[in-house]
Parts: sequence; structure tokens; C-alpha cells
Amino acid sequence: MRATIDGNEAAASVAYRLSEVCCIYPITPSSPMAELADEWSSQARPNLWGSVPAVVEMQSEGGAAGALHGALQGGALATTFTASQGLLLMIPNMYKIAGELTAAVMHVAARSIAAQGLSIFGDHSDVMAVRQTGFALLASASVQEAHDLALVAHAATLATRVPFVHFFDGFRTSHELNTIDLLCDDDLRALVPAQRVREHRARALTPERPFIRGTAQNPDVYFQARETVNPFYAGVPDAVQGAMNALGERTGRRYQTIEYTGHPQAERVIVVMGSAAQTVAQTVAHLSALGERVGALQVRLFRPFPAKALLDALPATVRRIAVLDRTKEPGSLGEPLFLDVLAALSEAHTVGEREVLPLVTGGRYGLSSKELTPGMVAGVFGELARERPRPRFTIGITDDVSGLSLPYDPSLDIEPPGTVRAVFFGLGSDGTVGANKNTIKILGAEENLHAQGYFVYDSKKSGSQTVSHLRFGPAPIRAPYLVAQAGFVGCHHFGLLDRVDVLALAAPGATLLLNCAQPPEEVWDALPRPVQEKILAKGIEVYAIDAGRIAREVGLAGRTNIVLQTCFFAISGVLPRQEAIDKIKSAIAKTYGHRGAEVVERNQAAVDRALDGLHRIEVPALATSARQLPPVVPAGAPQFVREVTAQMMAGRGDELPVSALPVDGTYPSGTAAYEKRNISDLVAHWDPDLCIQCGNCSFVCPHSVIRSTYYDQSLLAGAPPAFASAPLDVRGLPDTRFTLQVYVEDCTGCRLCVEACPVTAPGDPDHKAINLAARAPLVAAQRENIAFFESLPVADRSRVDFGTVRGTQFLTPLFEFSGACAGCGETPYIKLLSQLFGDRMTVANATGCSSIYGGNLPTTPWTAGPDGRGPAWSNSLFEDNAEFGLGLRLAADRHTALARTRLSELRDTVGADLVEEILNAPQLRESELAAQRERVAELRRRLETLDGAAQDLRSVVDHLIRRSVWIIGGDGWAYDIGSGGLDHVLASGRNVNVLVLDTEVYSNTGGQASKATPLGAVAKFAAAGKSVPKKDLALQAIAYGSVYVARVAMGADPQQTLRALREAEAYDGPSLVIAYSHCIAHGIEMRDGLDQQYRAVASGYWPLIRYDPVVRESGGNPFLLDSPRPRIALTDYTQRELRYRALRNSDPAEAERLAILAQEAVDQRWDTYEQMATRTARHFPADARKER
Amino acid sequence: MDLATRYMGLTLRNPLLASASPLSNTLDGVKRLADAGVAAIVLYSLFEEQVRQEAERNARLVDAGADSFAESLSYFPAGAQLETEPPRYLNLIERAAGAVQIPVIASLNGATPGGWTSYARAMQDAGAAAIELNIYSLPGDPHTSGRDVEQRHLDILQRVKDTVSVPVAVKLGPHFSSTGEIALRLDRAGADALVLFNRFLQPDVDPEQLTVVPAVDLSRPAEARLARTWISLLRHQVRASLAATTGVEEPADVVKYLLAGADVVMSASALLRHGPQYATVLLDGLTAWMRRKGYASVGELRGLLAVPADSDQAAYERAGYVRALRAANASLGPW
Repeated sequence: MRATIDGNEAAASVAYRLSEVCCIYPITPSSPMAELADEWSSQARPNLWGSVPAVVEMQSEGGAAGALHGALQGGALATTFTASQGLLLMIPNMYKIAGELTAAVMHVAARSIAAQGLSIFGDHSDVMAVRQTGFALLASASVQEAHDLALVAHAATLATRVPFVHFFDGFRTSHELNTIDLLCDDDLRALVPAQRVREHRARALTPERPFIRGTAQNPDVYFQARETVNPFYAGVPDAVQGAMNALGERTGRRYQTIEYTGHPQAERVIVVMGSAAQTVAQTVAHLSALGERVGALQVRLFRPFPAKALLDALPATVRRIAVLDRTKEPGSLGEPLFLDVLAALSEAHTVGEREVLPLVTGGRYGLSSKELTPGMVAGVFGELARERPRPRFTIGITDDVSGLSLPYDPSLDIEPPGTVRAVFFGLGSDGTVGANKNTIKILGAEENLHAQGYFVYDSKKSGSQTVSHLRFGPAPIRAPYLVAQAGFVGCHHFGLLDRVDVLALAAPGATLLLNCAQPPEEVWDALPRPVQEKILAKGIEVYAIDAGRIAREVGLAGRTNIVLQTCFFAISGVLPRQEAIDKIKSAIAKTYGHRGAEVVERNQAAVDRALDGLHRIEVPALATSARQLPPVVPAGAPQFVREVTAQMMAGRGDELPVSALPVDGTYPSGTAAYEKRNISDLVAHWDPDLCIQCGNCSFVCPHSVIRSTYYDQSLLAGAPPAFASAPLDVRGLPDTRFTLQVYVEDCTGCRLCVEACPVTAPGDPDHKAINLAARAPLVAAQRENIAFFESLPVADRSRVDFGTVRGTQFLTPLFEFSGACAGCGETPYIKLLSQLFGDRMTVANATGCSSIYGGNLPTTPWTAGPDGRGPAWSNSLFEDNAEFGLGLRLAADRHTALARTRLSELRDTVGADLVEEILNAPQLRESELAAQRERVAELRRRLETLDGAAQDLRSVVDHLIRRSVWIIGGDGWAYDIGSGGLDHVLASGRNVNVLVLDTEVYSNTGGQASKATPLGAVAKFAAAGKSVPKKDLALQAIAYGSVYVARVAMGADPQQTLRALREAEAYDGPSLVIAYSHCIAHGIEMRDGLDQQYRAVASGYWPLIRYDPVVRESGGNPFLLDSPRPRIALTDYTQRELRYRALRNSDPAEAERLAILAQEAVDQRWDTYEQMATRTARHFPADARKER
Repeated sequence: MDLATRYMGLTLRNPLLASASPLSNTLDGVKRLADAGVAAIVLYSLFEEQVRQEAERNARLVDAGADSFAESLSYFPAGAQLETEPPRYLNLIERAAGAVQIPVIASLNGATPGGWTSYARAMQDAGAAAIELNIYSLPGDPHTSGRDVEQRHLDILQRVKDTVSVPVAVKLGPHFSSTGEIALRLDRAGADALVLFNRFLQPDVDPEQLTVVPAVDLSRPAEARLARTWISLLRHQVRASLAATTGVEEPADVVKYLLAGADVVMSASALLRHGPQYATVLLDGLTAWMRRKGYASVGELRGLLAVPADSDQAAYERAGYVRALRAANASLGPW
């Protein structure tokens, strides 16, 4: 049976059927394997032996590995799915599992390891980091192999007792859709005999036959015991080959542990592992046909290294070998595969088994999903043909620092002529990717067609761009690289033409399908000139359709995918038109069936309407447009932004040479401001006459696009004509104007500001003091307004009222224009922190949404204020963020102490008065901080000419300003993977501030349940509804007595949020603020986010609290319950969110049961809190830290 | 006393039905109605708007952010059930049909042909004995022609008939240029019953708040006259069963409808006003009246006062109108 699926599903389908226990944890790009296993288990789908596997989400990959180890020792067939940092966290258990000769398979979507920067994309850095653990490593090169070799791994591990890592390339294979032949249960049964399973069980721990395993061993025997396993490893290559042979017998798909293809008397050979092996093999076939004596050696089994198979496979004629590694080991003599190949060959030569020792070179390629194209493969062969090939090289980049990179011809096209290639440029929101996935499945289901789909996304969560790469043809598609010569280009959003070179991938004579609102006769003139020129140069045929209009008319506003998909089929003619239409409709019924008949019908109506509006555009002989492409960044941007950041923004980052990039992962702040993305057609627009200047709108704005300022009205003299202002509504400041400036090109149109605005126009309840208006007519004037606004003086921080929402909104946000989801519930808190403390703040940011919208290249929203100061930000890992932040604190404390010591020592040199003032300065109020800054500036001046201790002091003098250390992360970090560290840091007594952005799921990886997920909510890994209540992290922290704790929800009480953040920061000890953060994963309209926050509080689900140890010290009750008694039912809050409704739909009885329990839990907790709020100081633990 | 009645092929124990109302929102409500003696229950309506909006909104929520960012290509478990109201409704049908011995009729309420009509099949599969199509058409667009409005009724009926094998009733409003003709057309198009009439719930104005407010008034007996007139006219003109709804307050109202030619009489307002047990009062009243008048079965009295099949209906109606007006004039004086 054939199917068109991705590599994750291909592997998971086998792993699930051959397992009794799956221990899982989400990590990109392996999460879909775990999600599928969880989904199948919740549907009670049985494994090969008729039982339903237990799928258990753990708190981290370390936990998953521990549970896996236990399940295996208990005799279960167990597996896990992971990648990258996750695999690293499993290493300790991997040694144990292997050391105990335990049959197990881990399926890994191989991914980069965070080094100078994190990357979610594919390479072999992670699997190479476990090659020493004793696990066998088996590499799949395609979706089909990921399916087949998953079975080989499970079969071989039971046969040999050696555990396996079965891996395939992250994204390239894990997320590529390809047409494959499926293995049936009987295939699995044939390779995994029941006897092997029983033997595995018989090795389990059981009190019926007691023994101990996992001993501690002494110098007398550890070494020998370590050597006992050798025969088992020696048998692995044959066992794997045996399983491969058995698979070949049943399916006709024959694999070798080491497989050679190419010229029988090849002189030059490339050795490679993973998906690139396909590219190398295809290029070898192409070059061999041209008469070149070249070959490809694909390594499937990497550990135990099958040296004999390698030597047997390699023709005796080979003289030059290039070994390609998809990893980097700085400082090593070469990468692992290279070293192993070289060792195998030289040993064979030394002992006389191989007459000639070929020249072996080692090259790196493909880090973080960098492409390896046929041109690059040819480039490597070209290098091997040189008289003295470079011994070490890289391919696919330009290395102008070490000179290691090889040249290549990017235009080499080896794809068979029957392959149709198409690319589609869309926006995430328009559904292009979903429709293309359906297209691939439709075509892949055709008897004589094979199809491939691969999808590229940008790193923004709002307004993101997607590029779909599709291939189909009569032969299996073995091209694991992006389409470069497309016969069809779909541009699903007209605005993309200004930002992306969509025709760069078009082959000569290609077809371009444009989605545009212009009537057909105006389309040509509407194109930018460079696009017109490219159309003419490449002889491109142009079609246009107003898909947006049709989508609106059938009730699918914004979802243009189906219309454009239908046009693609009609224009390309890959299937007869009516047949294509029928198949699209049937695919719609399948894909959207569970969304209801209405959704299906609307999408099918879009199919019927699509072709009415499709027009072929007459292409004139000459370009007519005068419109050039807008610059990516303004000409006045800093050099790095112009030369590096802008290249990445424009999609040309692949072209940047090594020298362009920072050596240590350090990038400038404030770059998001150069990225005017204009992603929303509707933007915020201020009505100065109605506005009461409360600051609510800018307070809640997740994207920092609403700014307020006040200034002397005389400054208005030079204002642009459209610059809006109103008299400042405050006593004591006459002749002062107020302006609320909207950065329209950065606004996402999320509407939170409108919802937060408390005033409406008399007689027009829909009109508020801030409203949404069409962006296009506003842009030009607002650019001038913004320029003028930025020329106005910035409010003096020491005169701003930090205690009120309104006051704080005169502070410049130092976190702006992030790519977070439109209406994000997290970013308003971060922005507020940046306003309050940004000029003296260091941020430790856990991996997750906030590290992605905060620090995913090309740009960052973290920025500096007019004085050049701003938050210093870093991300260490997911699991260690609290510890990382504590380290920053410890360093700051040491350096503060050092600065104070040196300052005292220099008392007589720099002036006793100044020294005393600095050492004794209070630094709580902003005015006090400003005064201290002036003193430190004066000190710096006095130190300028001094040597010795003064130099030392100069290096740490900044620490004389009180530093604010913030540890920021989501609930996945705080409640799960980083829970132990967070607990420890809170218990440390040190002055760190923790902000937990609680979205109640792992948002960044797509909504998996965490221990913050509430009772009764549906999430991935909790598809049947979470049946354990959310952990009360606040109460846990309160138990220490020395931790300031607050629970806040900006949408319910912004003033309480502000108060809590300021108190937390001022508290000289650990602080924990847990912030309700509405999220796209809740299944709400994001504009309702604040209202949902209000309801969460009003229902008693999210009681607002503050626990202040300082109050206890002064004899008061430190526990303050800030929200009023529950006044709505819990369901009045929950049933507005799809995460809760989904359970009511799928299992109404369970939903009702959990809803009753959840209401009881809310009531009980409220009682507890209310009692706590009425106690006295002595009922709470004292802060036992020594005087600070 | 034989109260047994046939209604669009269903055999009923008496001619009193509970029409769609909040009473049949829950299984408990359905049971109480059955216990009170009604012969069949039309469940509360599944509204086109509910189906459309829920489905559309939930699909939008699930799509938001999907296939946009490489790490989170979706935010909800695959296969999460996204429809809210239809599953709940189908669940109610299933449980109701299993819990009571009388037919449970599902009600679909809408105004335009669309995917929502396909729920009729699911309703049948869940155990509905029949489908009542409540076509609540309010052509607010002044450019919509009368013919278009009529055609919409026929299209919706056709779509539903195409997908189900159980009987289908059409509940329609009285506001047609030729109510009789649309009734005949629906009859010809396969309607198994006509339910007369839907009530046009007109919103009200709140002069204090300066807003338009929804207003739902329970029906009054006087409103029954329009339906009764049309039932008497259509009694011998259509093959479809005729159900009377609107204005049933007293047992006498039930009797009047039956005399005019209704196969069954439906009540919602009275049951809402007095509680489900009021069905017993209506049925006891009907039995008492029959006993008093000497009828042994409802078949004997049904349609006694219907317009005879061979009469000129327009003239008959006009004559009745003029006669009634004269009588009114006589009592009230000239006006």
C-alpha cells in the first residue's frame, strides 16, 4: 500500500506498532512523532500484539530517558522520540541502557545543537554526540527509509540486545512529504519474532526470579565487565544486514549497511550519511552517464562502524575519497565519519588487506539544514580531481575566513525531465501550506505518480511567509533539496513581490500565478519593474486571479488557498480538469470533515468559483513600470544592519560569507525597528478628541506600536500637518500637549488596544478613542509623524510616575515590534519590564516563544533607549534558565562587591565625598538611580587618568548602579523542564526576579500539555482532556518564606501587575511573578485575550495575589489577595476557549465531570487563599536569611 | 376513546405534539414531556447560524497560527472535534430516542441552502423519527424577490429530502403573496408535512437605552386564527400532513384546529407557561369535549370544518371574511 506521508509519520507508524511504552517530550523537529503516538494511543489503536501502548509525557527528555530505562528494565518494549538538546539530555541513561545490553530504539529527527546560536534545523550534531554511548546508530536517508529502517532497528535491537538510535535528517526528512510504500503488520511480524520479545521480557526485573542490576563496581572488575559486551557489538553489522535482507525479501526494497552506487571502476568517491546520500547518488548517476568514474558510498549503519562492509563496498580502483560530515567538531583532526573511514582504510592498507590507500579528505556540509545540491556534489568531485585536493573543506557556504569552502556551480540541474516542479509563496495565514499538502497527497495517490512536498517557514509567528516546494513525476522523487528551477511559481500574496524575489526560482518559460486584487488589464502595470524585467527575461507566462475576493464571497475571508490550489491544477494540467476538481473536493472533505459540513461546503464552493476569475495576462514586449523595489532597510541604518541583517531579512542569508558573521554569537540590539513588515491591512488609529489619556492602549499593546509622550506646545511649530495631539490632561502642566503615536507599519492589527480602551463616542458605541483603520492611506503621513514624534524630547524618567499605568506609558519601551503572534499575551509583560527597568536590566531567557520572538535572527525586538542603555539579553537553554540567571546575579554581585572594595581603596585618590555618596546611595527610586548615574559618571571621569586599582575599578564600575536580573520563561520551563532549577534558585535567597509567562501549554512547539495545563483543557499529549489540576507554583514558592511571589493578569488588573513587578524588582531576594498569558493555543480570538484574563480572575480561576516577605518582617500579613471573590462561574470563563470546548464536543460526559471537579478546585483554593489572607504574620514562615 | 393519529406516516397515540422549545433542550425535559402524554416531541431547533458560526469560528481558531512557524505547525491535537452544537444535538437525539417510547422529531432551523442541511442525515442516523425543517426566512434585503424566497424553501427541502429517508416536515411562515401556492409547491416537492405557522418574532425598541432589543412573546390564542384558516383551506388540497402550531392555550384550541383539518396540534407556549404536565390538561380537555359531543375517535371530527375539496376557495374565504366583518360591524358599529 502506498501513502504520501512525512518522515516523522513514517518512523512513528512502525515505532508505535512495535512498542508497549512510549516516553515522550516535545522537541522540534521530532514532536510530531510523539504527537502521533499520543493521538493513536488516545484512539486506542493497538500495537502489533493487540495492546494499546502507554504514551507518557515526561517533564524533560532526561525524564523521558529515565522512564524509558525503567520501562525497559521492567521488560516492556519501549521507545522514545527526540532530537538535539533532548538527545543530549538522554545521554546518561543511554550509557546505562547500552551498558545493560537492553533492546530499545530511540527515533531521532537529527538536529543542530545550540552553540553560537540555537537552531531547530537539521544536521547530525546531536546524533554524533551520542556515538560513544554504546547505542547503535542507523541512518535513514529518505521518508521511505525512515519507515523501513525503523523496522530494521527494532528487529536488530531485539536480535542483538544492542540499543539503537534510528535517525533521519530533521525537517528535510522528518517534515518532507513523499510517496512511500507502507509496511503492513505482517511485514513487522516477520522481522520481529515473538520469541525475541519474550526473551526481552525474560531479562526483566521480577521478584519471582530476583537479581540486582545497576551495581557500583570497583577497580578490580569494572574494566573487564566493560569488555564483556564486545561480541554483542561485533554481531550488530551482520544482524542489521540480516534484517535488511529479510525486509528486502518481503518488500523488494533492498538495503545495505554500507551501499555503493556509481561507476564499477570509480576513482573518486564521496562517502556520506543521511538524506544527502540521495543527492550524492543521483549526482553520481548523472556524472557517470557523462563518463566520469565516480561513486557514492552511503553509510546507513554508523555505530558499530561496519569497517568490513565499507571496505567490501568500495571499489579497488578508488584513489580519492571525500567524506562528508554533517556536523562540526571544533578542534578535532576531522569529523567523526571522516576519521572512521580514514582509520578503516589505513588499517586495511597497513595490514595488507588493501593494496592502495586512497587519499581521503574530510568536508563539512549542511549544518542547520543548509542545502547540499547536485552542484555542490559536483563541486566536491571537482575538488577531488584536482592535483592536490584540500584535505579539509566545507561545501555550500563561502568561507572567506579560513578559506575552506569549495567553489561549485549552483545551476547544475540533474532532475529527470518528467519531474514537474512548483514553488508557492504564501503567508502562514492564507493556508497555502495546507492546500499544498493536500495537492501532494492527491497526486501521490495517483497510480503512476510520485510526489514530494517540502515547506519553508520564516521565523516570525505573525505575518509569517511560507514557501512550498513541490515535485511530482513518474519515478520516485529522490531530491532532498529545494526546488531551484520551478516550472510553476505561485505568488499567493501580491505584497510579497516587493519583499521576496519570487522569480529567482523560476525556470525559463515558467508559469507565474499571481493573486492580486487588480483587474486583469491593470495587473502588468502594477508589478514592480524588476519583476517585469525578470518575467520578460525568463519568458514567463503570467496568470492572475483575485482569490481574496472569491474567498470572501464564499465566506472564507483571508483563506485563499483552495482557490489558488484549484487554479494551479487548472493551469498546470497535471490531472484532467474535472478529475482534479473532484479530487480536490474529496481531499477537502477528508481534511476538513471534523470541522463540520459547513466548513467543507465553503471550501468546496471555493473550488467551484475558482476558475471563473482566472485570467491569463498579456505580457507586453517591454517593462513599463517605474516602480522599483523598496529598500530592505533604510539607507541610514547601521552598517551591520545594512550589510548583514538586511541580507537575512531579504532571504539572501545563504549568500553571506563567514566573515560577515560575528564570531561568538553576539548581535546588535534594536534591529526589529528596521523591519517595517506592514503585515496588517488594519492598524490602530488614535482619536485625540475622545482620548482620556489613560495609557491602557499602549500598556497592553503586545508589539509596542502605541507610544505616548508629552511636550511643550511650542514644539508643535515644526510638526507635520497630520501630526495629532491634544492638551495634556493633567493639572499643573499648562501649555503642554499629549500625543499618542501609532507605528502603523509595525502594527499587527490585533485589536487589543481597542478592547482595552475605556471610552466610546456618545451615540456611537463602536467608536473608541483608538480604533482600527485601513493602513494603506495612513502610512505616508504616519512616517512623517513618527519621525517628528521621535524628535520630541523623551520624558525624564525621574519625573515619570512609575506607580500608575498612565505614568509608565511615558517610558520608552525597550522591547518593540517583535514577531510574536498578533495579540500575544506574553509580550505586554516583557515590554512593561523593559519600560520600568530596561536601562539596568539583564535578561536570562528560557528557550521557548519568548526566546524566539526575542532572539531569532534576523532581528531582535530588544533595543536601547535614547541614552544608549537597554536590556542585555541572553538565552542559555530550555532547562537551565533559572540557574543561568542566578549565574548572572552571582557575577553581578561579585563585581558589585569588587567595585565597592576598589572604590573604598581609592577613597583618597578619587575623593572621599564622592566615594561615600556612591557607597551609601539609595537606589530604589528612579530619581535616586539618576543621581547615582551622575555620580558614577563623575567617578568614571576621575578614574580616566589613573592606573592600578583604578583600572580594575573601571572594568566593573557599571555595577555601582543597581542591576536588575530577570529570569524569563514560559510554563514549560518553569513548571516542567526547569522546575528543579527554578525551585533551587528560589531557595537560594539571591536577588533574582523570575517572570513566568504562563500560557498553560508549550506554546512554541505547538501546544503540548505542561503541568501548568488546567484540569479539563485539551492539549496535545492531553487529547482526552487534562485530568490532573494545574500545579500551584505560587504556593510552593510562598512556602520558603523568603520569596516574593505574585500572580498577575494584566487584562484583569493592570495596576496590580504594575505594582507586583515593581515590588518584585525592589525586593532584595528572589521574586517570582506568574503572569497569565493568553495564547493562540487557547483557541480564542486573540482580541478577546484581555477579556479572558478578566474572566479567569472573575471566576476565581486565576486569583491575583502578592506575597511580600518584607510585610511579614514589619509584622503584617504578607499574603495579599488582590482580586475580589469569584463572581462568575468557571464555565463562563472556560467555555469561551476552544481548548475546553473541544472536550465538550468529543466527550461531553468527561467534559462535564472535569468541569465539576475544576469548579470545586477553584472553590477550594479560593477558601484556602481567603483564609491565608486573614492570617497574621506569625502564620507564615520567617525569612531566615542573614541580614543582607 | 380513540385519539390515535397518523402524522406524516408516523403512528401517534394522540394528536398533541410538543413543538420546538427550550423544554426539549435536555433529556430530562424530553422525558417530562413524554410522561405528560404528548404523542411526539419536536426537539429544540438546531440553528443554521449556530452550525455555521460555530464551525466557521472554530475552524478559524484552529487555523490561526497553523502552518506558519516551523516549530508549531498546529496548536491543537489532530482530529480535535471542532463542532460544538451539532454533536451535542445529535447526542440528545440519541439519548432521547432511547429514553422515550414516542417519536422524537429533530428540528433544523435555517433560511438559506448550505452545508448545515447535511445534518439532517446525521439526525436520522442518531435516531430522529422525522425531521422538521423550520425555514425561518426574514428577507430583509428589499431586492430579494418573492419568487427567490419561495425557491429557497424548495431548495432547502430538496437538499434535505435527498439525504434522508425519514419523513420531512416543513415549518413555514405565513408571509407569502400566495401562501396556498407555496404550500402546494412544497407538497409537490415531497414535504411529508406542513407545519403552520412559524411566528415572526419582531424585535422591540427600548426607549430608555435607545437600543433595539430582542423580544420573544409567547403566542396567544388569537394568533391561531390565521393558521386555522389556512389549514382549513389546505386540508383537501395537499397530500402532506398538516400540523397546527401557534396559539394553543386551552383544550378548545386543540379541538378547533382538529375541526379545521389539522392532523396534529403542537404546543410550545402553553407548555412553557404552565409546565410540561399541562399536556395532560389539554388531552383530558380534548377527551372530555369528544365525550360530550359524542365522538369516539379523532378521525371522526378531523376536518369537519375544513373548506370542502370541491368549493371555490377564494370565494369561500372571501365569503367567510365578509361575513365575519359584518358580524364585527354589527357588534362594534361602523368603522
